[in-house]
Amino acid sequence: MSNAVAAEKPASTLQGATLPTWSPYAIAGGSIVLAVLIGLVGSLDSKVQWGLIAAILFVIGTYVVAARIEGTRQAKDRIATSLVWVAFLLAVVPLVSLLWTTISRGVKVLDVYFLTHSMGVVGDTEPGGGIYHAIIGSLEQVGLATVIGAPIGVLTAIYLVEYGSGALSKAVTFFVDVMTGIPSIVAGLFILSLMLMWDMQPFGFAGSCALAILMMPVVVRSTEEMLKLVPNELREASLALGIPKWRTILKVVLPTAIGGITTGIMLSVARIAGETAPVLLLVFGNPFINNDPFHGAQASLPLYIYQQFAQSAGSGAAYDRAWAASLTLIAFVMILNLVARGIARWKAPKTGR
Amino acid sequence: MDISTKNPEEAPPPTPEPAAAQKPAARGATRPGDRIFLGLSRGSGILLLVIMAAIAVFLTYRASLAISKDHANFLTTFEWNTGLVPPKFGIAVLAFGTVVSSIIAMVIAVPIAVAIALFTTHYAPRKLRGPVSYVIDLLAAVPSIVYGLWGALILVPHMVGLFGWLNDYFGWTGIFSWDQGAPRSMLTVGVLLAIMILPIITNVSREVFRQAPQMIEEAALALGATRWEVIRMAVIPFGRSGVISASMLGLGRALGETMAVATVLSPDFIIHASLLNPGGGTFAQNIASKFSEATPDGRDALIASGLVLFVITLLVNGAARLIIARRAEYSGANA
Repeated sequence: MSNAVAAEKPASTLQGATLPTWSPYAIAGGSIVLAVLIGLVGSLDSKVQWGLIAAILFVIGTYVVAARIEGTRQAKDRIATSLVWVAFLLAVVPLVSLLWTTISRGVKVLDVYFLTHSMGVVGDTEPGGGIYHAIIGSLEQVGLATVIGAPIGVLTAIYLVEYGSGALSKAVTFFVDVMTGIPSIVAGLFILSLMLMWDMQPFGFAGSCALAILMMPVVVRSTEEMLKLVPNELREASLALGIPKWRTILKVVLPTAIGGITTGIMLSVARIAGETAPVLLLVFGNPFINNDPFHGAQASLPLYIYQQFAQSAGSGAAYDRAWAASLTLIAFVMILNLVARGIARWKAPKTGR
Repeated sequence: MDISTKNPEEAPPPTPEPAAAQKPAARGATRPGDRIFLGLSRGSGILLLVIMAAIAVFLTYRASLAISKDHANFLTTFEWNTGLVPPKFGIAVLAFGTVVSSIIAMVIAVPIAVAIALFTTHYAPRKLRGPVSYVIDLLAAVPSIVYGLWGALILVPHMVGLFGWLNDYFGWTGIFSWDQGAPRSMLTVGVLLAIMILPIITNVSREVFRQAPQMIEEAALALGATRWEVIRMAVIPFGRSGVISASMLGLGRALGETMAVATVLSPDFIIHASLLNPGGGTFAQNIASKFSEATPDGRDALIASGLVLFVITLLVNGAARLIIARRAEYSGANA
């Protein structure tokens, strides 16, 4: 029946012959069958090879069929379409694999005991133990980093949007952009070189300082975007009532943009919560619970994952712990992301767009 | 860099007049509250510049301490023995490994990222566009250490088949020869880095493609162009500089990535011709793996290699930003 439809099409003189809509599926089915046959005959054992053969057959088949019926231009268009789809599917594969492995392996040891005990008396290769000390460390370091980084970032953004003009704001804008690209390990090395000056031992707050450096440019960027969305009429109305500029910013501009600013800060917190390199250099890791971020080495979740992986000599128990900690970390980051997006949608400034 | 940060500090006071025309009361720093608030916010901006300058100054200082003790050429030596009595270390292998792994990542990631960006702007069914962007954002949100764990425990075993195939058919080139060792090599690192930098390249390219002038696209369609021809003739030429700068931002990420490389690569201090045999190293990976057993002098040596990485990423990111900035002016003039 569909053949009949395809045959009727050329009746219009404005459009050439087109393939029926089911043809991609037919070609896909055909190439999969062929690939399976080739795989069986050639006794190829890797399923990946089967998939590759099927994909190549599909591309060639589409091109040949489309080129014969629709012309080479349409055939090229169809190839581009299938390549774009393949690219998208290629990106989904690692994500699905990563999430699936983390969840399926992580739930093995993830329970209340795991969340409430430290590694203090557990050897690196033995089963047992938990991530309580790492959660404490992560919360303290990230919390302190936010306390330092967020206000400086927001104030810088206020300067750029509300006061900024001239060479200083241009320089700040450029270096904020460049700062976004600083590798996390370089931020760690910077704080390390300060610590070497005064001969200090690793402690949690040093890690916070490096994380704050990584956080500031992200906060500046997102806050800047949000402040620019605040309509100028609001500022002018407030100033016309004789309200000083600083109160205008605090009471009119910031409350209007607060949703977006919060979102930006939370996204940057999610980013620094997963940073390992600076923590490795500055906080060093500690199997015991250390509640004081200003004295002595601490643990942190990403560092815990790395150390369970690297110092365990391939022990299954340590890998299980690493996956469970990864699941905890991913869950934390994802929840932050979701909440941030929720706030952004809920508090979005109404700009009439 | 010091010079560029000092000049602006003195510059602003004379300039506010032109801005006062469009922005309400830019000279409003008369009341004490205003003066304090302006001081705080300008101080934060200056603090950011000071931090950038301090990073450069302190890293350079520690690096100069290390290099003065180095008994080998810092740039061309193929070893990293900071503990020897005359310490000998050089960054040749690290520079090579960093560049090679980043190039592999770019070769894989850029075409796929551009295709995904086109997918979200031009190909995906409208209902699918939101979820696709969300999936890409998810990829960006996963911490790098989790990528590292996944890469070392899941990706590495899965690379064996590909490595065997490459060795069978392309082993004669030398680049793809393989001695059946565990595939903890530069190619695996490159693949993992490609997955990690995919989101940033996709997101920036997507924004650029979205801005492509719709009138021209529709005009091309009206003249009978296929969708691919529209993209090739109207969208990609418009977005080319955006894609270049997006790629350079991705390159900056790949150059500085630490944990994913440190978990996957089995390092040594030899430059291997083959991408499949384990070995080599990158700046960031070397710092992370050598740090815990480093002597005080060894730490300075690692800081010296970090300074090189800092300069490289600074140049790459600065170039990317300049391209973006130039493009913004260009499109603004034509809008």
